[in-house]
Amino acid sequence: MTPLSQYLALGAVVFVIGLFGVLTRRNAIGILISIEIMLGAVNLNLVAFSRFVETSTLNGQVFSVFVMTVAAGEAAVGLALILALYKSIKAVFADKFNILRW
Amino acid sequence: MTTAVFLIPLLPFLGFALTIFFGRRMPGNVGAAPAIATASISSVLSFATLFYVISGRAVDVSYPWFATGDYLVSIGVTADPLGALMLVVVSVVGLLVEIYSVGYMHGDTRFSRYFAYISLFVFSMYGLVLANSFFLLFIFWELVGICSYLLIGFWFEKKSAADAGKKAFITNRVGDFGFLIGVLMLASAAGTFQFKEVFHAAGSGQFTPAFLTVATIFLFGGAIGKSAQFPLHVWLPDAMEGPTPISALIHAATMVAAGVYMVARCFPLFSASPEASLVVATIGGITAIMAATIACTQFDIKRVLAYSTLSQLGYMMLGLGCGGYVAGMFHLMTHAFFKALLFLAAGSVIHAIHEQDIRQMGGLSKYMKVTSLTFLAACLAIAGVPPFSGFWSKDEILVAVRQSGNTTLYVLAVAGAALTAFYMFRLYFIVFAGGEKKKAHESPAVMSVPLAVLGVLAVCAGWVGLPWMKTNIVSFLTGSQAHGAVGAAVQAVHGATAQLQAHAGAAAQGVAGAVGEGAHAAHHGPDYAVMATSLLVVGAGILLAYATYMKGWVSREAFSKRLPLLYKLLYNKYYVDEIYQALIIGPLVKLTRGLSGFDLAVIDGAVNGTASVTVILSRAKRWFDLYVIDGLVNGVAWLTQLFGRVGRRVQSGYVQQYALMILIGFGAILIVKFLR
Repeated sequence: MTPLSQYLALGAVVFVIGLFGVLTRRNAIGILISIEIMLGAVNLNLVAFSRFVETSTLNGQVFSVFVMTVAAGEAAVGLALILALYKSIKAVFADKFNILRW
Repeated sequence: MTTAVFLIPLLPFLGFALTIFFGRRMPGNVGAAPAIATASISSVLSFATLFYVISGRAVDVSYPWFATGDYLVSIGVTADPLGALMLVVVSVVGLLVEIYSVGYMHGDTRFSRYFAYISLFVFSMYGLVLANSFFLLFIFWELVGICSYLLIGFWFEKKSAADAGKKAFITNRVGDFGFLIGVLMLASAAGTFQFKEVFHAAGSGQFTPAFLTVATIFLFGGAIGKSAQFPLHVWLPDAMEGPTPISALIHAATMVAAGVYMVARCFPLFSASPEASLVVATIGGITAIMAATIACTQFDIKRVLAYSTLSQLGYMMLGLGCGGYVAGMFHLMTHAFFKALLFLAAGSVIHAIHEQDIRQMGGLSKYMKVTSLTFLAACLAIAGVPPFSGFWSKDEILVAVRQSGNTTLYVLAVAGAALTAFYMFRLYFIVFAGGEKKKAHESPAVMSVPLAVLGVLAVCAGWVGLPWMKTNIVSFLTGSQAHGAVGAAVQAVHGATAQLQAHAGAAAQGVAGAVGEGAHAAHHGPDYAVMATSLLVVGAGILLAYATYMKGWVSREAFSKRLPLLYKLLYNKYYVDEIYQALIIGPLVKLTRGLSGFDLAVIDGAVNGTASVTVILSRAKRWFDLYVIDGLVNGVAWLTQLFGRVGRRVQSGYVQQYALMILIGFGAILIVKFLR
């Protein structure tokens, strides 16, 4: 049986991969995908802790379902924002989106 | 009759108002018309009043005017024998002077204004005569003063005239101040301004003798100023700067008569205080002799007359002070006529030869028949030659003085009479007799007719007081004391004087006795000793003048050569003006200069110093505001901007940068958390 530490390690690796993507991707859609990856890592952690630490309840697993729902909503809103931005700026690159600067 | 009495002063006032407002539109001599017309009607009414009063009735009415505190001030008139006599004097002299002025002032640029002023003057004098309370008396008293100021300074382009006007006014203010104090003392003690009630209070012994003496002496202070008695006589000779008819008016019927009239009106008060009476008599005596001696040495025709007026006013005061109530008023009346005549005749002379220095005159009787004849009549009258008017009135005064028992005053009065005869005939002989020096012409009828009328009056006016008659001015005026405003008080006064007689000294006894004499003089008949004395000294005076100035038996310079010091003293009028200049005016001017210096240096310095200190302080505050407060405010703004400029760099707008920062922050929190 796979121990908890390996789940956590995998979760951390996936989270860092997502984080790296968020910080480095120019394409906004890429950033959105990276955020989904980070959320997946979080879900993995939640389910792992639910399975190994708090076995009497299913709080972690239920919470990960909520996270997925929110992630879906977030993706929809993010895509809508990206589309709107694209309409006005004709670009999807994050380094072009600096209209909120000082 | 009451209406008529009210109309007497109001008509000249109407004349004044008409002339002052519309005078400029009246061409030529028309400007005199309202004044003369109203004065004529008033004269007729005055005579009507006189006859009304002679018939034994009197007018005495009061209408309430306003009340302040406990004092009810009323407007009222009283026409008793005293007032009626004055009314007639004022109206006759006033009217004749106005008619004469038409000729004298002909062609003057301010012709109509002159008549406006003269109307106002006559109005004030009527008001003063008819007033039945101290309040009204004071109002008209001051009005008379202001009118004399306006008229003496009528030719104000001349500096001397303007100065003379000021001098008259200011000198009068000094006396009026005393008068005001006297009036207020009496009014506050008696609780009323009404003559009748004040006199009654005085008669019934409501005032202490000391209070009465002080109050009446203050009252007399006003008379000293108005009637130009020593020591406030200095304004009258200078008042000669006014037009000559005005001199006549002031000297005869209005201004100077006011003081004498006031003393006569307040006679119940004066006679109730022997000390005050003595003061009146002494001042009168001093003035009479002093002015007479000065008049002997003057060379200006009008000044000689001015000093003779002073002297005669002194006589009136002397008479009043010695209890000769009738004598004083009688002399006032006769004097008004012959002195007005003297001045108008002098004016006629001046008008003819344009010269006032008698050394430039001589032999004028050849050219100016009417003038010289009337002047002679007036000279005889003032000198006191029977049967001319002055003899009778002066005789009354001498009798009063003699009966008062004060020998010094009697000697002064007799000496004054001799001097009067001397200087008047000196004037007459120099001006009208002797060798002619200048060609002259008689004045026009408008001037000579008033002269003639006054000439007749100067001769006859005294006959109303012939001592042999049972009903004469004495019985008329003393009869007044049974009714009228002087009225009720006198009965009480007699009681008071009787009391005083019991314990007062010899002088008081004499004066009090004379009060009784004055009231009963009618029954005493003529005093032949006094008459003889007076005739003797007058004869001597005239003879001396005749010998000196007509025949040259005595050298004209004999006096000035033998007694140069005395002559100089007299010629310079006892240096009274100089003494005032040195003792009062000089120090006063110095004091005011000093005060003005103090004002300029200290007060202005303080004010200006405060101002400059304020300016300096404000400059400092401005600097502080500009650099410190503004600097602080701007500095805060600048600092905020600086931080903003630096801090805004963080807001790059790049999403990933923000994310990185979140990460760094999170890392930092972790590090802090776990390193601790």
